[in-house]
Amino acid sequence: MLDAGSHADAYNFAYLDEQTKRMIRRAILKGIAVPGYQVPFASREMPMPYGWGTGGVQVTAACLVPEDRLKVIDQGADDTTNAVSIRRFFQRTAGVAVTESTPEATLIQTRHRIPETPMTEGQILVYQVPIPEPLRFLEPRETETRKMHELEEYGLMHVKLYEDIARHGQIATSYAYPVKVEGRYVMDPSPIPKFDNPKLSGNPAIQLFGAGREQRIYALPPWTEAVSLDFDDHPFETSKAPHDCDLCGARASYLDEVITDDQGGRMFVCSDTDFCAGRRAEGHVGRLGEAA
Amino acid sequence: MTLHSTDFPQKMRDPDQPLLTVENLTKRYGARIGCADVSFDLYPGEVLGIVGESGSGKSTLLSCLAGHQRADLGRIAYDGRDVLAMSETDRRRLGRTDWAYVHQNPRDGLRMGVSAGGNVGERLMAVGARHYGQIRGKAVDWLGRVEIAADRVDDRPSSFSGGMQQRLQIARNLVTSPRLVFMDEPTGGLDVSVQARLLDLLRGLVRDMGLSVIIVTHDLAVVRLLAHRLMVMKSGRVVEQGLTDQVLDDPQHAYTQLLVSSVLQV
Repeated sequence: MLDAGSHADAYNFAYLDEQTKRMIRRAILKGIAVPGYQVPFASREMPMPYGWGTGGVQVTAACLVPEDRLKVIDQGADDTTNAVSIRRFFQRTAGVAVTESTPEATLIQTRHRIPETPMTEGQILVYQVPIPEPLRFLEPRETETRKMHELEEYGLMHVKLYEDIARHGQIATSYAYPVKVEGRYVMDPSPIPKFDNPKLSGNPAIQLFGAGREQRIYALPPWTEAVSLDFDDHPFETSKAPHDCDLCGARASYLDEVITDDQGGRMFVCSDTDFCAGRRAEGHVGRLGEAA
Repeated sequence: MTLHSTDFPQKMRDPDQPLLTVENLTKRYGARIGCADVSFDLYPGEVLGIVGESGSGKSTLLSCLAGHQRADLGRIAYDGRDVLAMSETDRRRLGRTDWAYVHQNPRDGLRMGVSAGGNVGERLMAVGARHYGQIRGKAVDWLGRVEIAADRVDDRPSSFSGGMQQRLQIARNLVTSPRLVFMDEPTGGLDVSVQARLLDLLRGLVRDMGLSVIIVTHDLAVVRLLAHRLMVMKSGRVVEQGLTDQVLDDPQHAYTQLLVSSVLQV
């Protein structure tokens, strides 16, 4: 087993060889030049299963430099399997510093969340994307969806929202909520909750999206407009559990529901563990929390 | 955008000018002929029937006209614009506003996983309608016009009978008030009583909306009821054309005579 110190002779920096990183960087640059456009790239086999973030890991590997401080989030948490394994992967193969703090990180790879703490200029946020094509479940043909992007035929996206309202009385899409980027491409923001959608738009950080199995990279450059699709009479609304965090008392953060016993006991906690820990360190206490 | 952009005012047009002009349209499949040297004019409000046996090139002709296949030779002018020289953006836009295409099998023309209302609303949303209430209102209105009960608006077409699916497909196509409708065997696969009802409905819609229609079929009863003019095709070529009653009652070409005499008299 490798430890962090011996990475230099075992692997190239950040696992991928330089030619592969060059290829991925070209795709990233193209993605940044055409915000929201899905750039095909030659995705590599990574030492983890598809669905575990192979796309995000490749984008991260292509962006990392030795001076970076890496943070990895899985559903908002820094300490779940996916986050821990990817963080350790880069500790071993790149020897970069890691952190759990959002402001201290220079590069954050995330699965399903945008951190609660606002991002700043100079940071890179890398998303893991399972299915990059927002039109896929309505139009199975790749040739056709490409044509629809080319010709800006996005009526079908509203058919999906129409179906939501017809069936549920409201737009029931609650994650992977489609956005229109700078008035041109419709983009799948990866399965982040729609609560996070407003943070996509006008974000000072570079946002990169990598889909390993589907071999696509797309990007939102800093300060890019991303508008959530909606109807005039059913406007876009964010949603979250109507509670405060039981540990830190935060009112406006996105919450996870945790079952605590088999008697119906439950608690709501911030899904962003770093944000919650930071608030508790500042002395905020929720319903079930203990003073720090 | 509001729904206004989807209400297409029917411009006043000179009824003496053809809506669609086709000249020497030819489509080959390698050495074989799909259809060859087809020329005709279609005037506003006119229904043109194309009949012929299987493999005579009817469907090839229709898909070339509708832009689903690219013709090898010839010219198609719609409303004075050269369709074959048009950019794909324009042609597809035409395909979801001014034109409509009714498939023989409603499953090809409908989205089976989407409710009836969503199916009808799709063309509206494709041209920029963004008001749920208005889209739904129009969908319900159109379901009524094709005799589907308003309470089926949220049901999927997979729960509809074959005749209802076909009527839903027609509603979905006509909701943006197209001017030219292509129909490929719209009554195929339906039993005769359902066929009769559908034909009745089509005849009413064609008359009320002043549609120009090109209808491909092998059923002479369908063209007798719907078509003003008739084109008979054989081996990719037009062998006879003229007024429907004239062609059917006094067929000149040997093949047309065979076709007319093949119809069973009950």
